[in-house]
Amino acid sequence: MNDATQPSVEATDVTRRYGEDGTAVDALRGVSLELEPGSLTAIMGPSGSGKSTLMHILAGLDRPTAGTVSLAGTEITALGDNELTKLRRDHIGFVFQFFNLLPMLTAEENILLPQAIAGEKPDRAWLEELMGRVGLEERRGHRPAELSGGQQQRVAIARALVSRPTVMFADEPTGNLDSASSAEILELLRQAVDAYGQTTLMVTHDANAAAIAGRVYFLADGRIVRDLANPSVADIVAATQDLAGR
Amino acid sequence: MNRVAVKGLLFRRGRTILTAIAIVLGVAMVSGTFVLTDTITKAFNGIFTSAYSDTSAVISGKSIVSESAGNVTVPESLLAEVRKLSSVHSAAGAIFDISGNSDKAQLIGSDGKTISSGGAPTFGWGFDAKDTRFNPLTLTAGRWATDDDQVVIDKGVADKEGFGVGDEVGVSAIGPTRKFTISGIAKFGSVDSLGGATVAIFTVPEAQRLVGKEGRFDVIFAAASPSASAKQVVDQIRPLLPAETQVRTGSAEAQENSKDVDSFLQIIRYFLLAFAGIAVLVGAFVTFNTISITVAQRIREFATLRSLGASRRQVLRSVLIEGFCIGVLASVVGLFGGLALAKGLEAVFNALGLTLPTAGLVFASRTVIVSFVLGIGVTTVASLVPALRATRIPPVAAMREGATLPPSRISRRRGPVVAVVLLLGAAMLAYGSFGNLDTLPSIELIGAGCLAMFVGVGLGAAKAVQPLAAAVGAPARRFGGEAGRLASENATRNPVRTARTAAALMIGLALVTVVATLGAGLRNSDREALDSSVDSDYVVTSKNGFEPFPAAAGAALPGSPGVGLVSNVRSDQAKIFGNESIVNGVAPSFGRVFNLNWSQGSDAVLARLGQHGAVVEEGFAEDNELRPGSSFSLRTASGQLVRLRVLGIQAPSEVQKIDPLVGKVLISEAAFDRSFPRPSNIYTFVDARGGETGAHTAALERTLSAFPDAVVYTKAGWIDKRASGVDELLNLFYVLLALSVVVSLFGMVNTLVLSVFERTREIGMLRAVGMTRRQVRRMIRQESVITALIGAGLGLPLGIFLAAVFTQALSDSGIGFSLPIGSLIAFTIVAILAGILAAVLPARRAARLDVLKALHYE
Repeated sequence: MNDATQPSVEATDVTRRYGEDGTAVDALRGVSLELEPGSLTAIMGPSGSGKSTLMHILAGLDRPTAGTVSLAGTEITALGDNELTKLRRDHIGFVFQFFNLLPMLTAEENILLPQAIAGEKPDRAWLEELMGRVGLEERRGHRPAELSGGQQQRVAIARALVSRPTVMFADEPTGNLDSASSAEILELLRQAVDAYGQTTLMVTHDANAAAIAGRVYFLADGRIVRDLANPSVADIVAATQDLAGR
Repeated sequence: MNRVAVKGLLFRRGRTILTAIAIVLGVAMVSGTFVLTDTITKAFNGIFTSAYSDTSAVISGKSIVSESAGNVTVPESLLAEVRKLSSVHSAAGAIFDISGNSDKAQLIGSDGKTISSGGAPTFGWGFDAKDTRFNPLTLTAGRWATDDDQVVIDKGVADKEGFGVGDEVGVSAIGPTRKFTISGIAKFGSVDSLGGATVAIFTVPEAQRLVGKEGRFDVIFAAASPSASAKQVVDQIRPLLPAETQVRTGSAEAQENSKDVDSFLQIIRYFLLAFAGIAVLVGAFVTFNTISITVAQRIREFATLRSLGASRRQVLRSVLIEGFCIGVLASVVGLFGGLALAKGLEAVFNALGLTLPTAGLVFASRTVIVSFVLGIGVTTVASLVPALRATRIPPVAAMREGATLPPSRISRRRGPVVAVVLLLGAAMLAYGSFGNLDTLPSIELIGAGCLAMFVGVGLGAAKAVQPLAAAVGAPARRFGGEAGRLASENATRNPVRTARTAAALMIGLALVTVVATLGAGLRNSDREALDSSVDSDYVVTSKNGFEPFPAAAGAALPGSPGVGLVSNVRSDQAKIFGNESIVNGVAPSFGRVFNLNWSQGSDAVLARLGQHGAVVEEGFAEDNELRPGSSFSLRTASGQLVRLRVLGIQAPSEVQKIDPLVGKVLISEAAFDRSFPRPSNIYTFVDARGGETGAHTAALERTLSAFPDAVVYTKAGWIDKRASGVDELLNLFYVLLALSVVVSLFGMVNTLVLSVFERTREIGMLRAVGMTRRQVRRMIRQESVITALIGAGLGLPLGIFLAAVFTQALSDSGIGFSLPIGSLIAFTIVAILAGILAAVLPARRAARLDVLKALHYE
């Protein structure tokens, strides 16, 4: 469907202004970036740097004041609600900081939910592959309340992958987990990229999380102020301190 | 996706059930009303069908006026002619007036008092023991009466009073009480009694004497010979009929009788359905509020669904499905709850003396359909607004903590919307009350107006929550310590939610306030009317005060020691100018015991009435263009035409109009007795020499002891009794409106449970910093009481306002406005109790929260 060389997501000169003239706040001031197919990208930055806004705009959850975003070859900034819904079904997977599993559904039902919503038949083989990948075969019948935080986030990742989206957006995926669970989740995200070629964008302020990315963008005051390719944890910490000290 | 909605409901089982209960009660009331009235209809139809199963033809008097002791009867001589007809196998005459107006015979219990339940008829019938095929009753013990001192009574009264065959029982018809021996016990088809009615069956001649129908029958029954059809019998009889009589086939007669019962039951049905409708309305309010709260609490869930690709339409559908499922649940439970409620309603009517006959409960398919359409319709409609709001939750809310619902379109324009709804309501109320419409459209318009007022106040109440909570929460803040202060603040934290919760209670409280205020106005005005009308020491009436009593009782009074003046007032219905009106026969002395407000003539006219003079009421005179000297005529229930001339015109004063005591036409007692068969008194006014004394009262009571249905009251006692007659009606309204209050109670429980759930972390924090379980419970309880008092603070003034409007609209009929302070205090206490009761479960839940878990609750 997509040209192999075409970026999964391409943002050009995106700005986002909130509020009216006098009290207006510029959350993004001209951000451009590309996510190559099969890449894992992290966005870092202090609170208020605009990293969440950037992810929302890239995922079609918010509209830029100016600039363009194309996702899977479609210009999305002017799409209506129905088209965006369709886009989310076909091309986007989300992983949330607070997991956002539905409490009344079992792990398996939660994973299959996007396909149920889209009215698609579940792909059993793919489901079993994902179940094995996230290591929850034994707990597929459990409800979220019966799972640990790490297990819940693994269910959420399987849910994001089930429709083989063009991009998976992960919003602080380790923000609500202890360090052992965090490590498992990061490993899982990395595997998704390596094994399935899943294009992934992660917003985080955890240096350990960002270190699994092939590229890390640093945002400050609504601009990309630095980007590192294949950085180590130490590189990221150094860059963070450097930016904070400026 | 639809399954997700259903799974969500199952997951939140407790909340789903609580939400459904609010609708269950209304549906149960609807279903119960249908079951009850269908069951009674079936019981009566069964009675009538079996009563006439062996009867080919029924000859009876035509009904000239609907309720009269003077109905048209059939001469005995006709029976012999009917028997001679070729198509007739056998025929019999009977004293059998199924309306019960012309053949009353009251049974006297072993305690010496008349056996009666409220206004139920006391039948005194006569059937031929030799030809029982026409008798609608069947013996369960003993034999039919063959001697004139024998009587058969119905099984219902025999069981209730412990009578058996061979016992003696007193009977009071139009003459003094006499003793009879019970020769048998009988019942109607499969039912032991006709509701609360009592039945006494005598020999035909004895019955004729007892009810004053010597030489006459109420009906003649005929059975066809084997070769003839019922139609042939009817056709042969028809040429023989005297004036004002008719003949029908047995099945036509059964249908006719059923029709009368049906129209009566129709009134009961609509009456009960009106209250069911109110309960459903309150339930709809509660459901709307509950679903709104649950949607608000699940913002992240809906946002997650949206981010996973759910369309707005899917979100809308999932909330509507929730409403639909709650509706299905509520309908099923309500439908069967209606069966239980039918029994309960029966008990309520029993307690009020309106006993109705019942057989096995009837569960018509109409009952099922109406219950389902209503239950599902109401919940689905109530979930529509929350469903629409849920569609406007943006997917990005899945990533935000503490996201709130986007404001609804209404809330942004709340002020103007509330104003429009209130104005619309006021306009409908005003037009319905003062627009001179017919009764039905005016009631419908007033109902719609009230509904609009409730909705308007309910919507606007959010603005009033802050000041009302400040007022009613003052005691909690002052005496409730920290828990009280927090309770008061919690109540105002989400004013819209509190307002809606309180509004549900407001509706019930407003309506009971309307009833209580109108009742108080009616009672006080009636007292004034009676006091200003009557000028005698004593008043004799029947036991219930509204039915006539034997004229013989009045005739016995002049012989009582100490009696100075006895003035009888006869009463019956007659047809005048095409309408049924009450006609009274009065004595020349009437003017000395009753204050007639003459506009033409004076008390002296009463002595000159003679055989053809009449005093008419002013409005009646105007409507029919009557002046002193004008002639008109009336037709009595027996068909007799009476020519009258207007000699005077009386105009009841403003306050007398509420309870005029006398009819549109007054004639002399002598003329009345000549024209109306079986005359009876509605009142007898008595003056004693030296006024009212204990000795005089005792003497009058002794004189009347032979007439158990005639009761002597002092003037003050009579006023008390008659003015408080409205209380029974008030009680019925209270019982029926209580259902709506109970529904709103569940609404309060719902809101509190959901609030506690929402504040789990906060309550955990309060407990962690040292709040005791008792304090937590108190905090929830006081919040609940504050909410309930806000409901009272809205409902009582609204009810008083509506009552004032209605009083104004009814001012022509003399009703005044008076505030029932005692009742208002009682309703406020009821609101407080409702608040305490509603808080029991939520407070216990809150107090039992595990502190550690609550703190980590997300």
